[in-house]
Amino acid sequence: MAYDKFTVLRSTAVPMPIENVDTDQIIPARFLKATERKGFGDNLFRDWRYNSDDTPKKDFVLNNPIYSGKILVGGKNFGSGSSREHAAWAIYDYGFRCVVSSFFADIFKGNSLNVGILPVTVSEGFLDKIFKAIEADPKTELEVNLPEQTVTLLATGESEQFDINGYKKHNLTNGYDDIDYLQAMKSDITAFAEKSLY
Amino acid sequence: MSQLPASLFDKVWDAHVVRSIPDGPDVLFIDRHFIHEVTSPVAFLGIESRDIPVLYPQRTFATADHNTPTIHQDQPVKDPLSAKQLAALSSNAEKYGISIWALGSPKNGIVHVVGPENGITLPGMTIVCGDSHTSTHGAFGCIAFGIGTSEVEMVLASQCIMQPKPKKMRITINGKLGKGVLPKDVALYMISQITASGATGYFCEYAGEVFENMSMEGRMTVCNMSIEMGARGGMIAPDETTFNYVKGRDKAPKGEAWDKALAYWKTLKTDDGAAFDKELVFDAANIEPQITYGTNPGLGTGITHSIPKASEVKDGEASYKKSLAYMDFQEGQPLLGKKIDYVFLGSCTNGRIEDFRAFAKVVKGRKKADNITAWLVPGSHIVEEQIKKEGILDILKEAGFELRQPGCSACLAMNDDKIPAGKYAVSTSNRNFEGRQGPGARTLLASPYVAAAVAVTGVVTDPRELLSEA
Ligand code: SF4
Repeated sequence: MAYDKFTVLRSTAVPMPIENVDTDQIIPARFLKATERKGFGDNLFRDWRYNSDDTPKKDFVLNNPIYSGKILVGGKNFGSGSSREHAAWAIYDYGFRCVVSSFFADIFKGNSLNVGILPVTVSEGFLDKIFKAIEADPKTELEVNLPEQTVTLLATGESEQFDINGYKKHNLTNGYDDIDYLQAMKSDITAFAEKSLY
Repeated sequence: MSQLPASLFDKVWDAHVVRSIPDGPDVLFIDRHFIHEVTSPVAFLGIESRDIPVLYPQRTFATADHNTPTIHQDQPVKDPLSAKQLAALSSNAEKYGISIWALGSPKNGIVHVVGPENGITLPGMTIVCGDSHTSTHGAFGCIAFGIGTSEVEMVLASQCIMQPKPKKMRITINGKLGKGVLPKDVALYMISQITASGATGYFCEYAGEVFENMSMEGRMTVCNMSIEMGARGGMIAPDETTFNYVKGRDKAPKGEAWDKALAYWKTLKTDDGAAFDKELVFDAANIEPQITYGTNPGLGTGITHSIPKASEVKDGEASYKKSLAYMDFQEGQPLLGKKIDYVFLGSCTNGRIEDFRAFAKVVKGRKKADNITAWLVPGSHIVEEQIKKEGILDILKEAGFELRQPGCSACLAMNDDKIPAGKYAVSTSNRNFEGRQGPGARTLLASPYVAAAVAVTGVVTDPRELLSEA
C-alpha cells in the first residue's frame, strides 16, 4: 500500500498518558466491517471519543481543541491485543504519522511500519518529559528525524536516539513497501518452495 | 560433525528462512496461510491493484467465522456489511482458486479450530493468519502468529513475510495440576505472573511435565493465549500426543509421506543446552482455578483471592484504577460470590470438544441459574457434531442450556452476540479489553469449569466445590 515518505516530522503532539492502550480501543471490532481501506479515522478511539448517542465526550483528548498535531504520544505497551491492521490505518487516516511510546506491542509496531506510521520507542524518562512538556504547553513541538534517528523536544533541545532497522528505515524514507522487495526475489522463493516438505 | 545445541524455535525458524536481509528482517517462507472475511478483503484489493496473482493458492485456506451469526445460519446474513465481507471472502477464494469453508459448509468453523481438526496444521510448519490468536497452532510445534493485512497481502503475493527473528523465552512448569485446574488456568496464571506485556519481543516455548501431560486441545488453549502476555507466539515440542492427534486427519500425510514427515517431526525438540534469552520456571502446585477482574488478561488471580490493591500491581497505578472503574470493582473486593449476568463458552481458546466435556461435567444434574444468559458456541461444526454424538447436548439441554452454531461470536462481538453495556460476563475467550464483548461489556476470563460453575450458581463460584460433590 502506498504511503507518504517519511523523513523529518516537526509537529505538535497529542498526549495519551494511558498504559496498555489496546487495539480494541484504537478501533473497536464493530468498525472492522469495511471491505475497503477508507474512513477508519472517523472511528479512531470511538468508544473513548464518543458517547453512545454519538455526541463527543468532552474530556477525551482528541475532542480537546488545544491538542493537535501529527504525533500521538502514548503510554507503555501501546497497541497491544489484536493483529487488526485497521488500528494502524485508523491512526494514519486520522492524520497521525508517528506514535511515540516507551514500549510497543509487536504486531502493532510491525503493522505501523507497513502502513507508513513511524513507531518511536523512547525511554520512560524521556516519555515522561514529553508528557510534562505538552502539559505545560500544548503548542510545544517535537521533531522526529528519521535519517538521524532522533526525537527532540524543540523547546528545550533535549533529544533521544531511537532504534529502527536499516531495511525499514530505507523503506519509510522512500515510501517503498515489502511487496516491492518480495516481488523482486520471486525466483528465490519458488526455488525454496520446491524443497518444502509441506 | 558437532553442531551447537538448538532450540525447537531455532530449528523451525531456520528451516524457513529464504533470505536474511542484513540490518533488516528475515524473509520467512510460510507453509500455511489461513484467511477469514475480516482481514482479507483489503489484502485482495491490494494484489489486484498491483496486478499480482496469488503465488500458491493451495497453501491458503479460507473459512468464515468472525462475522457469522450463531443462530439461523441457514438464512441470509442480516447485517449488510457482514454479508458483504462474507461475499468478498467467497468471491476472492473462487477467483484465485483458494479452498474455502464458507458459512453453511459442514467443515466451517473458527479458523484456529478447523485448521488442526482437519490436519491442515502439521508439526514444524510456519503458519500465519490475520488474527493474533494464530499462536494456537504452536501447540503442534509450529511457528504460528498473527499478521496484519499488509502481511496477508505479502503472503498471497509471495508466500513469504518479513520478520525480524524474535528473542526466545522458555517457560517450564513441572509438577501435577490440582483438581479443577484446566489448561486455561495455566495460561491465565502465567499471564498474571508475567503481565500482559511481559513476553513482548519473545517467542515462547512451553516445557515441562504439565505441558507434556496435556492433551492437544489443552496445548492449543495455552499456545492460543501466548499473545496475551505480549509474545509473538508460543510453541510446544511435538510428541506422541501430537502425532496421535494428527494421524488419520483429513489432510494429514498418509503412507510413505507420513513416515517421512514423522521422521522429521521427531527431530523437532529443543536440544539439551540450547540457550534462551529468558527462562521462567513455575510450579504447578501454585496454580488454582483463575479468573480475571481487570481490562487486560494480565489482571487475573486465583478465584479464591480478592482483587489486589493498586499498590500491589505491576501495571501503572493510574491504568489499574481506570481498569477497575470500568469494571465497577473495588480494590480488595472478593471475587467469589460476585453476581454475573452472562456466560460465554466458546472461541478459539475454549471452543473445542474437551471444553464442552468439561462444562458438561459441572452442569450435569444441575440447572442453569435464572439470572444467567448462557451462550454456548462450538468452535466448528465438527465440534458441534461431536457434542451431539457424545451425548453432551442432552446433558446441556437437561440443565436448561441451548447450543448455538459455530463462529467467533461473543469473543469479539462483531456479530449480534454482544454483552450489553454494564453487564458482567464470565467468558472462556481470550480478551477482557474494554468493549471487547460489546460496548460497555464487563468481561471476566476463566476456564470452562469456572464458566460452568457460574452458569449453574449465578455467581462467581469455585468449581472445585461442585466437582467434589460429583
Ligand atoms: S474466536 Fe476470537 S480470537 Fe479466535 S479467531 Fe475468532 S475473533 Fe479471533
